[in-house]
Amino acid sequence: MTATKLGGPEIQARPAPGPGKSPKSVTGALIKALLLGLTIAIAIWAAFPLIDNEAWIGLAILIATTAGLLHLYLTPRHIPLKYLAPGTILLILFQVFPVLYTASTAFTNFGDGHRGSKQEAIVAIQTASVTQVPGSQQYALTVATTGDPATGPLVFLVTDPVTKQVSAGDADGLKQVDATVNSAGRVTAADGYTILTTGQASLRSAEITDLAVPTAGGAIRSSGLSRAYEGRAGRAYDEGCDCIRDTTTGQAWTADETAGAFVDGNGERLAEGWKVGVGFSNFTRVLTDPAIAGPFLRTLVWNFAFAIASTGGTFVLGLLLALAMHSPRVRARTAYRVLLVLPYAMPSFAMLLVWRDMFNTDFGLINNLLGLDVDWFGGSASARLAVILVQLWLGYPYMFLVATGALQAIPRELSEAARIDGASAWGGFRRITLPLLMVALTPLLISSFAFNFNNFNAIYLTTEGAPFPADNPANGATDLLITYTYRIAFGGGGAQYGYAAAISIFIFLIVALVSAISFRRTRHLEEVHA
Amino acid sequence: MTWVKQVGWRHLVGVLMLVFAMAPILFVVSAAINPLGTLSSSEIVPTGASFGNFSRLFADTEFGRWFVNSIVIAAVSSAASIFISALAAYAFSRRRFRGRRVGLLSVLLIQMFPQFLAIVAIFLIFSAVTDYWPAIGFNTWWGLILLYLGGALGVNTWLMKGFFDTVPRELDESATMDGATHPQVFFRILLPLVAPILAVTALLAFIGTINEFLIANVFLTDAGAKTLPVGLTGLVAGERNANFGMFCAGTLLTAVPTVLVFQLLQRYITDGLTAGAVKG
Repeated sequence: MTATKLGGPEIQARPAPGPGKSPKSVTGALIKALLLGLTIAIAIWAAFPLIDNEAWIGLAILIATTAGLLHLYLTPRHIPLKYLAPGTILLILFQVFPVLYTASTAFTNFGDGHRGSKQEAIVAIQTASVTQVPGSQQYALTVATTGDPATGPLVFLVTDPVTKQVSAGDADGLKQVDATVNSAGRVTAADGYTILTTGQASLRSAEITDLAVPTAGGAIRSSGLSRAYEGRAGRAYDEGCDCIRDTTTGQAWTADETAGAFVDGNGERLAEGWKVGVGFSNFTRVLTDPAIAGPFLRTLVWNFAFAIASTGGTFVLGLLLALAMHSPRVRARTAYRVLLVLPYAMPSFAMLLVWRDMFNTDFGLINNLLGLDVDWFGGSASARLAVILVQLWLGYPYMFLVATGALQAIPRELSEAARIDGASAWGGFRRITLPLLMVALTPLLISSFAFNFNNFNAIYLTTEGAPFPADNPANGATDLLITYTYRIAFGGGGAQYGYAAAISIFIFLIVALVSAISFRRTRHLEEVHA
Repeated sequence: MTWVKQVGWRHLVGVLMLVFAMAPILFVVSAAINPLGTLSSSEIVPTGASFGNFSRLFADTEFGRWFVNSIVIAAVSSAASIFISALAAYAFSRRRFRGRRVGLLSVLLIQMFPQFLAIVAIFLIFSAVTDYWPAIGFNTWWGLILLYLGGALGVNTWLMKGFFDTVPRELDESATMDGATHPQVFFRILLPLVAPILAVTALLAFIGTINEFLIANVFLTDAGAKTLPVGLTGLVAGERNANFGMFCAGTLLTAVPTVLVFQLLQRYITDGLTAGAVKG
């Protein structure tokens, strides 16, 4: 391409223009004005919903950011920041902020049963206890949604039998809407809502049964797909004692603000609680709970082995290939490159599932081809070997690509000079090429290590952590910390986001520590080019 | 004998790796054209050939829509992320400023937080965004692209910085002497010289995005908005054995755009453009 030409001779040939008055500056100024105009336009577009919702803090941040950007790009100072600003803003919005948000939940009991505020918990307890009693108000029911019929949020359109007035209700409550009603009182059309057909509604009957629309005295629930009733709450909140009282038995559950739950005299909790801060208890649980601390260590060791083997193995393989192909004398180099990178072009999530089937004992490809009868995922050693083999297959093309790129960046003169000075091919590679390669590749190796340390898909889509020891069905031989955490926190016993976040902070600290140490040890490599 | 020593071993390594690389792919190809279309009937050598799995894929699922969604999202976000990373890599490689080292390390550090555990936070954040700005909320291309761009300042910046460092500084220094402004140095001198690394990172970003499953799965719930990984995984979630042929057909078609992008960038990757470019 013209790239080489642009870099070299053309610039040499151009007459030296006066400082700041180069021929391109008009185009440059136009593009700059266009981009800044676009920024202002986007900011104005984003401001309207913020003003409508009276989100003044959000608006202030928006104005400050836009003003900051305009200032940055209209003054000649802060040149590095001009180049860093776009990435940094995106990084803060979509990476740093979610991570900080997650980290802050590590100090709460956020999870199933502890999702919202105390008020929301009270509403949930009351609506869940609603039963149909004699004399309950009956409504004609039409099930609708504000989104996709198969997945969108459900809305009950209920028609008052006397006034024919239609109200729309969801978990937040009822509000009146304008709608067309047929003779049976059912809604045929309503602005902003998609009416579900009987077929669509019956596919989601479980969700429809669960939906309760809170009202003043209780809640509206469905009975079947076309009728609803307004029932009375069996359990109600009593402000006087700050407790939930059962209206028939009189039993009371008092609010416990440290646990975020309603507790009765025997210490029994109601399932629905609210979110409260719990300090460091999520962290201490990892270290002190014997059911967690023991397997944690065993998994940690395997986790290191897996990350090192995956990163190191793919690097050695990729580098070997890159070196083998880094010679104009290899015929069909292009064909080799295309075919060798093919595993990387295949979608990894799909290939992990395919590899799992290839390791199948009975009809798997590997046993069939090699005439074996190995229960690959049945034994610890073979399962670990299998997942690392899969990682090698998936990962070496990446290393091959980046090593090829880095090799091409090294001027040929360097190794040629070494050769002339009498160095052997191996000596030249080890003392000249490899150190130069490592400058470019060390950060990648470290981040590849970090990626593999938490390679959730690699385990979850192949072995799911199997094989499991007989005495501990929660912690398998190929489990990484991340899949192990996932099972404890999200699987079976309900979501415990606060606890999961605490463990993920541990994982983050371990990976960050390892990376920091390896950076310190490889710092001298950077001096090569300093 | 010198041929064996200098070239022969290269072919030996290449051929051995080809066998390892291609076996699973042949298996997928064979399963995709297998008329029975089940997992238990699949072999590495095709036992028959038909395009039944492919036509079922387009007739029974919204594969076409998923495909378009994936291509647009992956192409736009990888192009934008390459540009943003290149800007940052220029600053880190060529400029000396306060907080440079801290900045570089933080970029690497922030990537080490287990991403999927932030998924709850991302979900809550985008629930609010969907209320305020539906155009960039759930089930939209732009929302997902923005979310992916959050990681633009990551591994690719490091990869590029490493490469930028190997381009002789004399080049841009002498251009500055000749009166070039810093955008001119960046756009007209450095960028053309680092084309190989731009090609490599563009490819990596494209592949990474087109394969991304976890965030897309949370983000895209409407059947028509799904990307290929979300759609295809749903295909084998229940009927694994029966849908295996369709799944493999979809896997192959998913690989097509990646192979095309690689073909497109191949020539930029092949030759080292920096060699000999030092201005005299």
